[in-house]
Amino acid sequence: MMTIGDNLLDLFLFAVTPYIALTVFFLGTIIRYRKYGFSYSSLSSQFLENRHHFWGLIPFHYGILTVFLGHLIGFLVPRDLLWWNSHPLRLYIFEVSGLVAAMLTIVGLVSMIMRRLTDPKIRVVTSTADWILLGILTLEIVSGTFVAIFHSWGSSWFASTASPYLRSIFTLSPDITFMVAMPWLVKFHIVGAFVILAAFPFTRLVHILVVPNQYLWRKPQVVRWYGKKAFLHKAV
Amino acid sequence: MNVRSQISMVFHLDKCIGCHTCSIACKNIWTDRKGAEYMWWNNVETKPGTGYPTRWEDQDQYHGGWEVHKGKLRLRSTGKGKIVTNIFHNPFMPTMDDYYEPWTYKYEDLFNAPEGTDQPTARPVSMVTGEHMDVEAGPNWDDDLGGSPVYAANDKNLDGLSEEQRQQLFAVERLVFFYFPRICNHCLNPSCVAACPSGALYKRGEDGIVLLDQKRCRAWRSCVAACPYKKTFFNWSTGKSEKCILCYPRLETGQAPACFHSCVGRIRYLGVVLYDADRLEEVAKLPDDKLIEGQRSLILDPNDPEVIEAARANGVHDSVIESAQRSPVYKFVKVWKIALPPHIEYRTLPMLFYVPPMSPVMANRQDGTVESVSDNFFHDIEQARVPMKFLANLFGAGGEGKVVYALKKQKAVRTYRRALTVGDISMETAEKMLAEADCTKEEADAIYHLTSLCTFDDRFVIPPMHREEAIEMMREPSEHKTAVGFGFIEPPKRGF
Ligand code: SF4
Repeated sequence: MMTIGDNLLDLFLFAVTPYIALTVFFLGTIIRYRKYGFSYSSLSSQFLENRHHFWGLIPFHYGILTVFLGHLIGFLVPRDLLWWNSHPLRLYIFEVSGLVAAMLTIVGLVSMIMRRLTDPKIRVVTSTADWILLGILTLEIVSGTFVAIFHSWGSSWFASTASPYLRSIFTLSPDITFMVAMPWLVKFHIVGAFVILAAFPFTRLVHILVVPNQYLWRKPQVVRWYGKKAFLHKAV
Repeated sequence: MNVRSQISMVFHLDKCIGCHTCSIACKNIWTDRKGAEYMWWNNVETKPGTGYPTRWEDQDQYHGGWEVHKGKLRLRSTGKGKIVTNIFHNPFMPTMDDYYEPWTYKYEDLFNAPEGTDQPTARPVSMVTGEHMDVEAGPNWDDDLGGSPVYAANDKNLDGLSEEQRQQLFAVERLVFFYFPRICNHCLNPSCVAACPSGALYKRGEDGIVLLDQKRCRAWRSCVAACPYKKTFFNWSTGKSEKCILCYPRLETGQAPACFHSCVGRIRYLGVVLYDADRLEEVAKLPDDKLIEGQRSLILDPNDPEVIEAARANGVHDSVIESAQRSPVYKFVKVWKIALPPHIEYRTLPMLFYVPPMSPVMANRQDGTVESVSDNFFHDIEQARVPMKFLANLFGAGGEGKVVYALKKQKAVRTYRRALTVGDISMETAEKMLAEADCTKEEADAIYHLTSLCTFDDRFVIPPMHREEAIEMMREPSEHKTAVGFGFIEPPKRGF
């Protein structure tokens, strides 16, 4: 039985929040880049503490990137994912890798939090925004892991429910029918994703936007010339 | 031939008195800020010693610089493939412990302490955490500890020395050390630039100064690991890297960089050299024993009409060419060949050269008297108190030949001057020594002048930097001049 209130809440969470989040994300990051370009940094703290850093950052990044890739596959090529999952063994492989990656992420996240709590030097360079971000990330990853455990075969139902929903968001015709029926844990996880998106402009998450892909194809040496000579020496 | 100009430097180690004035001048201008307290863009080390950061010369630990792999030049610490994994955690990143934890003292305790039976003390507090700390390391912690078994004995340049040579270096009565001031070398093949995934580091085309664009720096930390001289630093507060800028705002207004300007020993020289950028890679790949020669061959004769023409064609301003013709660096490095690059085996082609120190080499004490001339003119160089192998590891990529050459020439010049002014050595002897050291009288006079009688303008031949050219393409310079104001400067704040 669904009440009007529930319906309105769902409408707000799944048809309005995503647009707020996207607006904040785009406007915020662009304004920050243009006005406070200097602040775009990963704010690495490896210089102050090296050993614990490894056990936090490595599992966290590999874990979260794998998990993200899994979601991306479900979103971009849902049909192919369903085809892949049609075979139980392949389904298990996909699900188990997801779970392993989630575990890695949690291990990394816990180490990162411990490191920031215990090392006096690291505490100095930890801001309130960092703590809030770590909190949001923890909630998101833990809820995601619980979804994977308690609502089995998420990779398949994600492809057939969440994926069309997300598409509908991007085509500007939000269709929340699938979402309304979702268990609350899943709803929580999805809203969490929007919160993270909106948190981008205000936290160190912006470093993801400036990942240095150019390095892979540029020449090793970089030379900058004054205006006139830049033409003379064309792209050194 | 692709002629470019490069601001280049010579440090005359025989003249350095280890006063650290240079370091302080630099610190006061550039690095007395939060996050930069531990940075010394200019530092002075005692050699033998472990240096700053500790044992920076040990590339098996730090993995700085380049190596030749299957005929190709590659960075030791990073690369297109490695960056994908190293970006999360750089395995070769030095930490603050490799440098030192900056501290200050709680001076106010001296005044505010409640009355009691003890003297109040100002305890050291960390400039990172603000907590009390025990000071156990500093930027020149091994200053003057030439014979220390903890520091000097761990100098990387002692590698390859025989047990006997080591003993000789540490024998109490013969204890010896010299000073080694260091700044960024503004290399021709900078590994920091090649390592930066964001492309934040660059070489200025017009003068070769290596700069770091902090607006593009994202704290991937690759430059710190890649620079074998450890002269890019990570600002732990702003989350951006920083490095020596060769005081370019001073250079642009015709002044010498602060460390040069303030140098008490007047050991520092600065001038332009022209070089052939097309041959960089080829030279950087040469075997160790060919590197010094190779780098010298990159530096072109600024009086050669062909070079001048090629330089002009490349947009090098006539005033810069003229400045290159008067460059003291060109003389030291290319004409007299007595200034050598530090650790050229790192293959970054450093453009700061050192005249190896003579004093600790000479003056072998025998029966309580200082003896410097004998029948074998250069006996003291061969039996130097600082084993030649040590200097060779530092300035000769392991080879002694070039170092011995530089020392012999210096000794010959000294003897020649002594024959002229003191007269206790015959001119005949002096001339023989000069000949043996591959030096003419004219050359000896010139070396003597530029070493001992040099004025400010002899030491620093600063070319006009032609900043107006920076905007010429977009705008008429005179119009630009009347149109720009102060602009806006964003304070370097950590994060958002
Ligand atoms: S100021 Fe000059 S003499 Fe003094 S330590 Fe520095 S380089 Fe040496």
